[in-house]
Amino acid sequence: MTATGPIISLEQVSKSFNKSRSAPAYIAVDRLDLQVGQGQMLALLGKTGCGKSTIFNMIAGLTEPTSGSVTVDGRNPFREFDSFRGKIAIVFQGDRLLPWRTAVQNVELGLEMLDVPAGRRKETAMHWLGRLGLRGHENDYPHALSGGMRQRVSIARALVSDPKILLMDEPFGALDEITRDRLNEELLRIWGETKTTILFVTHSIYEAAFLGQQVMVMAANPGRVKEIVPVDLPRQRDLALRETERFVKITARLRGLLGS
Amino acid sequence: MTMPQAETSLGTATWSVTGLGRRALSYVLPFAVVAGCWQIASLFFPPFLFPSLVDVSKRCVDILFSWSQFSDVLATVGRILAGLAGAFIIGAVLAVLMARSRAVNDFLSPILTLFQGIPALSWVVFAIIWFHGIEPRIFFIMVMTTLPAFTFQVLSALQAMSRDLMEMVMSFRPTRTKLFRTMIIPAILPDILTAWKVNLGNASRVVVVAELVGATGGVGYELLQQQQVFDMAGALAWTLQLVFFVLIAQAVLTLIESVAFRYRAVSERSL
Repeated sequence: MTATGPIISLEQVSKSFNKSRSAPAYIAVDRLDLQVGQGQMLALLGKTGCGKSTIFNMIAGLTEPTSGSVTVDGRNPFREFDSFRGKIAIVFQGDRLLPWRTAVQNVELGLEMLDVPAGRRKETAMHWLGRLGLRGHENDYPHALSGGMRQRVSIARALVSDPKILLMDEPFGALDEITRDRLNEELLRIWGETKTTILFVTHSIYEAAFLGQQVMVMAANPGRVKEIVPVDLPRQRDLALRETERFVKITARLRGLLGS
Repeated sequence: MTMPQAETSLGTATWSVTGLGRRALSYVLPFAVVAGCWQIASLFFPPFLFPSLVDVSKRCVDILFSWSQFSDVLATVGRILAGLAGAFIIGAVLAVLMARSRAVNDFLSPILTLFQGIPALSWVVFAIIWFHGIEPRIFFIMVMTTLPAFTFQVLSALQAMSRDLMEMVMSFRPTRTKLFRTMIIPAILPDILTAWKVNLGNASRVVVVAELVGATGGVGYELLQQQQVFDMAGALAWTLQLVFFVLIAQAVLTLIESVAFRYRAVSERSL
């Protein structure tokens, strides 16, 4: 896929769940193939229930596929779970901040797991909070922050350990349009600087086309790949790009695929 | 411009003092009413039924300032705390095992429920038959009577932990120690403190029964001595020592709560 080869590889991956003993198994993902090159930004676009979160959980090693193989950096993320400490980070749909920790303490969480000394931990966490416009709020508890601020803290928490892979599961879904646009731009800037491989799940066609180098359109019941659409737009993007004819064409194609 | 501000701050100060006074009064009033009723009763009944509050207070002071008597209070307090600590540690370990394994849960739950159904006095009798030393007896009684509640309360707290937060912490691949330190302990701490508050009251009642029958010292033993000489003032004074301890311990737990849970949002409208 790229010169350096895929960092994430899913081959014929299926995942099913048994909701009850009597009911037939629910197939969340069906024979899915996916390869993501190092430093890529791949957007996953699909309706609710198309297995996007299940794919994330398998890549993160939180769940094991029922069949097929998942490899990240050439290894099995489920069996070699601990070896990926600090290398894979997730930004969840909700902010999932620990309510008993302040903003900076929440951001420090990933570094604590890596045994980073307290001083350096705080310094790095403060850098990322500042980067995401949260300086002055470092000692606030989550309940004192707005939804957008909380989500930015959760992004800082994921980025603080400089992960090789960042999985973002509809991170801006609950935010207002203005905040969402700002965070989309900020995310592109961070991606440009860090060269982290990013998988970004979204329901928004515009967000998928704006962020992704490629958009993987998924079908539901069972979850499978419908088509992978390349987004041949410059890597440096701003919101004005969304007014261009090329962008409109891409979003029209994505809409067509989602509706079909 | 300055004057209205001064008036406002003065008004706020007066209001807060009035509010504080009202709260203090609402706290003291019920005790004052009970004490008043008792004092009135003491005027109409003989001292062995209703001794005057002055006599009871004198006996309380005697206990507090006489080491030979106060050491009995400390012995009882030590037994309560040791019993609760023992039950809590064993209960927490059992709860973690039960939360981790359904088979362990299915095996231990009925046993703990069975223990819950055994009266405290029965445990006292069993302890006297099984153990020779006074302290092992009382420790055993305290542990057996508070263990099921601690176990079920910690288990319930573990099961009620947010799955989302747990999944988030797990995504950072913590070691088991770090998982406990960063997620599990802070998440279940409110329930642990509640469990301690509830069990503290239970333990202070059970310890008296245990000492009454199976000890040669402590508040329970002293209560037995007062009963034998029909000394109501003494019985009340010894009982109050235990009540004071429970009140102090509850205040300490409340203080810990207010410090540990300062992260909680406070709504302007309460229940």
